[in-house]
Amino acid sequence: MKPVAFEYCRPETVFEAAGVLGQCREDAAVLAGGMTLGPMLNLRIMRPRVVIDVTRIRGLDLIDVRGDAVATGATLVQADAFRSDMLRREVPLLALALPWVGHFQTRNRGTLGGSVAHADPSAEIPLCLVVGDGAVVLRSKRRERRVRAREFFLGALTTARRPDELVVAIEWQRAAPDAGHAFEEIAQRHGDFAIAAAACQIRIDDSGRIAALALGLGGVENRPVAVETSGFLGRAADEDTTAEIAEHAVQSVVAMEDHVADARFRLALSRELIRRVMPRAIGDARLRRERLQ
Amino acid sequence: MSMLRLAPNARHRVELNVNGAARCGFAEPRLLLCDFLRHELQAYGVHVGCEHGVCGACTILWNGEPVRSCLLFAVQANGAELKTVEGIAPNATELHPLQEKFWELHGLQCGFCTPGILLTAEALLKEIPNPSEEEVREWLSGNLCRCTGYQNIVTAIQEAAKTLSERRT
Repeated sequence: MKPVAFEYCRPETVFEAAGVLGQCREDAAVLAGGMTLGPMLNLRIMRPRVVIDVTRIRGLDLIDVRGDAVATGATLVQADAFRSDMLRREVPLLALALPWVGHFQTRNRGTLGGSVAHADPSAEIPLCLVVGDGAVVLRSKRRERRVRAREFFLGALTTARRPDELVVAIEWQRAAPDAGHAFEEIAQRHGDFAIAAAACQIRIDDSGRIAALALGLGGVENRPVAVETSGFLGRAADEDTTAEIAEHAVQSVVAMEDHVADARFRLALSRELIRRVMPRAIGDARLRRERLQ
Repeated sequence: MSMLRLAPNARHRVELNVNGAARCGFAEPRLLLCDFLRHELQAYGVHVGCEHGVCGACTILWNGEPVRSCLLFAVQANGAELKTVEGIAPNATELHPLQEKFWELHGLQCGFCTPGILLTAEALLKEIPNPSEEEVREWLSGNLCRCTGYQNIVTAIQEAAKTLSERRT
């Protein structure tokens, strides 16, 4: 199918973009890479009156360090994020997840901001942002605000972004040098929407116990979820604890049902994925500790 | 500088470079790049399959990188440098080694997916001159083929890689 007729706007600055968005609000769709908006327009799931192409706004695709956080501009292309040594070093979880995002052809256009703004329940970038406890920076004509990722994703394709707000940047917490990471997902074909995805970030202390742990599941609920794991701090980072955490995680989520998988299958995949990512993240953390000593 | 605003239901001039030649055509804002290339610029090698970014048939090179032309609008391509399958052979009588090997090794049957796959493969061989089977399969994961079962496509790409590296030495 083809999109409905729309007006095409190409602002040169964030101020101009926020101005048009403020005027058109729900009638406007913001176009970055178009890898998710494109299908929505072609299938006429979205029928905007105006499409605002933000890709020519200078400086909106930069990566910069802001204290304990790394900010990635909304139009930073996924392939460029993957090539960034700085992001690989400071946000290793994102670097591990990016090869799972779509295909080579879509990563060459798709952006970090677009994926976050779109908020597909199974998308990898939002999952990493939730696990890493990052934030989304929003700008309207009048003001700028930051929303914690864990409060930004409200449901399938639904976020805390107001109709007059533009996603301008994503803020990632810089990972501790001894933090280990792992990411894995299961889809019908590599690059398709994940039926379930798991991401893990963990720190181990001198005696091999869990010092910090963030674990998340994507594609299972209608938004990426961070599993509450504070009860496992101080426990031995071993197979038994992993099995217990996996069990605890699947009991704490309410899985979606769709044409691809029922809830039971999604939970079975989640359990298996946690059993795969946790030992890998633990191994990574051990290796990093050794290297630091 | 004032913001560019293009009205709906009106055709706007788009100037770009396709396969090394300066081209221009007209497009409504909603015209997909794949349809623009086919109907305005007669690049019929751009195949339109699913129109929502799943099948990869419409893959072209945008500034050297493979992208899906069904998820882009023609008006976005002003000033871009594109390559379609029409541009991969060195001249009108010779084929690109990829095309030769696809022909020789049965890398296609109906041929609908072939232009997108050839362009993906061309970009792959520029980035990784001698890809492993696994690397070829990973790059190909964005292109669907319903005839060949992929085996011969993978072989053809690896054989073309050999031809190209022999030529370089």
